Amino acid sequence: MKTAIIIKREYLSRVKKRSFIITTLLLPILFIVFLFGTSYLAAKSTREKKVVVKDESGYFINKLKSSKTVLYSYSQEPIEGLKERLYNDSFTALIYIPAFNLDQKQKFQIYSNENLGTEVENNLNDQANNIVRGERIRIAGIDEQKYKDASTDMVTFDNIVGKEQKKGNTNLASIVGMASGFLLYLFMLLYGASVMTSVMEEKTNRIAEIIISSVKPFQLMMGKIVGVAMVGLTQVAIWVAFIAILAMVAMPLLSNMQMDPEQARAISEQAMAGGDAGFAGKIATVMATGTLEGVNLLSVFGWFVFFFLGGYFLYAALFAAVGSLVNEGQQDAQQFSTIITLPIIFSFVIMTTAIKDPNSGLAVFGSIFPLTSPIVMMARIPFDVPASQLIISVVCLIAGFVLTTLLAAKIYRTGILMYGKKITMKEVGKWLFRKS
Amino acid sequence: MQDSILLSVKNLKKSYGNHKAVDDISFDIKKGTIFGLLGPNGAGKSTLLRMVTGIFHQDSGEILMDGKPFDGLQHTDLIGYMPEERGLYKKMKVGEHILYLAKLKGLKGEVATQRAKYWVERLQMGSWWNKKVEDLSKGMSQKLQFVATVIHDPKLLILDEPFSGLDPVNANVIKEEIFRLAKEGTTIIFSTHRMEQVEEICDQIILVNLGKKLLDGSVEQVKQNFKEHIFTVATNDTIAQYPDFVEILEKNPKSIRFKATETDMPNKVLGHLIAQSNPIQSFQEHLPSLNDIFIRLVGTSPTARPFEAN
Repeated sequence: MKTAIIIKREYLSRVKKRSFIITTLLLPILFIVFLFGTSYLAAKSTREKKVVVKDESGYFINKLKSSKTVLYSYSQEPIEGLKERLYNDSFTALIYIPAFNLDQKQKFQIYSNENLGTEVENNLNDQANNIVRGERIRIAGIDEQKYKDASTDMVTFDNIVGKEQKKGNTNLASIVGMASGFLLYLFMLLYGASVMTSVMEEKTNRIAEIIISSVKPFQLMMGKIVGVAMVGLTQVAIWVAFIAILAMVAMPLLSNMQMDPEQARAISEQAMAGGDAGFAGKIATVMATGTLEGVNLLSVFGWFVFFFLGGYFLYAALFAAVGSLVNEGQQDAQQFSTIITLPIIFSFVIMTTAIKDPNSGLAVFGSIFPLTSPIVMMARIPFDVPASQLIISVVCLIAGFVLTTLLAAKIYRTGILMYGKKITMKEVGKWLFRKS
Repeated sequence: MQDSILLSVKNLKKSYGNHKAVDDISFDIKKGTIFGLLGPNGAGKSTLLRMVTGIFHQDSGEILMDGKPFDGLQHTDLIGYMPEERGLYKKMKVGEHILYLAKLKGLKGEVATQRAKYWVERLQMGSWWNKKVEDLSKGMSQKLQFVATVIHDPKLLILDEPFSGLDPVNANVIKEEIFRLAKEGTTIIFSTHRMEQVEEICDQIILVNLGKKLLDGSVEQVKQNFKEHIFTVATNDTIAQYPDFVEILEKNPKSIRFKATETDMPNKVLGHLIAQSNPIQSFQEHLPSLNDIFIRLVGTSPTARPFEAN
């Protein structure tokens, strides 16, 4: 009953704050900006590279296609003069191609003032080889159109997962996995820190003792943790509603402009080719092909709520304990909270590998060990995790947060009223093993 | 009912590691009395109070409320506790804050509002209701804390240094409220190291130092126990001949201060002066102030210095 009063205050005092409204609105926007913006900026920020080609073989003249980033031009000036102009910064790079035998492997030189980067090099490689190939096909007397037809990709594979023969959708799975893992990571850090600072405030401004004369320390701690959890759920609910509305408005629009498969393929290929900005590429692929099949989004959402609560409760208790240990200075807070944030950051690292290989040993371990399981398991769930692993993970997580809550309560109870002296780890250890 | 005991503390002990914060303290508090808990900083007062309020659990000993062993669930709502170091949620509004603390003490919404309004009016804080706590002065937040402590009509009111930070006018307002509450039957524990307040307010006192109880009794009784039999007699005319049978501490032309070593000594001194036909103007015994007594009692301990400084 009294805990409910505390929950209510903790919840309302946060939800009413202007910063809550701002972050709720801003975070999805930031998220989108972060995903698309980085790849967009990467493409945008590369300035145009002027590449001069001195081709003595004649195969390439006027055949290299310029792009947004690379502008090819051709010159017959002596190479020495060109080099001099290159080093005077008249252009970015100089390609020298002597006369050569089409039937032998060749290595040509690109002179430049700075490293051209893999993107330009790969593009040049592809183009040059295509040109040489075309030339050799022509010399061999093969009809070019027939060759093109013959070399079209005819075979693709669908990954059929499990007995139920579900059609896997690796691209979508990794997007959903990555996004929900990342969100959990953010939530656990943000809300955990929120619990910690709020405990710290209560301790340093000395309201804690007044409250604790009315309720048990455990009630105060749990009231705060649950209140903040509800703030988190509210935020998620707002976002879900947001997405739902967006989907309802956007879906009909999308289906109206159904892309033809060829165009879609082109877009996704282009996105993929955009270097290693793979994530945005995957999103583009999914949007282009328009398949949301293969991943059960509803069950993913259900699991998201579970792992959010589980992971949050586990860490929030620890953050509360840390907050109760702090005296005036922010420095001890930093020191203690680093110990707690470390496994969260570690989970994030494991998650990125789990996305690439959802069934690797590290991924399986990470998704069961309670300190890392919320984030790692969340990233694996879209890939369909064996039920046995899910059950073990759930049990471990529940046991984990019950344990951390009990431990944290012991620390919190004493720490919240300890003023003046710096609290050492040794003392904290003693509190843990003391009987109530 | 007047004489029945509300709170009884028996052989209470609490230590932190090797440090004995409270070392075997016992006392009884009668209903409707103001009880002074005195001692220098670090004497163990706060620890003692935290055990009485149920914040800490004692290592050994017993606390009885109304004759029943202290039980957190049952008894915390009967207690109003204002700790020495006290704070408030800065971002909350005054009214909201009072209601929040009232509800945590078990008051229901409507009753809480009604009482909050009553107290706020009573202490002339009506215009603050919608102010933010962070905008209050120190004295104002002190009054707010007092209201939050008494709002649920506690049977036992525990005030740890309630006047620190209050200006004389507001201190007086709070003091009057304390007297009134005591008259209406509230039992009050008043913890302080400011002796002049104790003499004025308390019916009964105990003094603790280094976790131990040094003395226990009513203010009058304690003073009697520690009196040094020092008297002053003042006369109208200049004293012609000072008495030689008594230890004179201070000689003035028209008064003397002396220490009586025997009970009939004051009468003899008066007789001596009367015999000289010197009209007696006043005669009085000097009782030691509590401050003197306490400095004498704890003066030898290392903690006495901060004590005197106050």
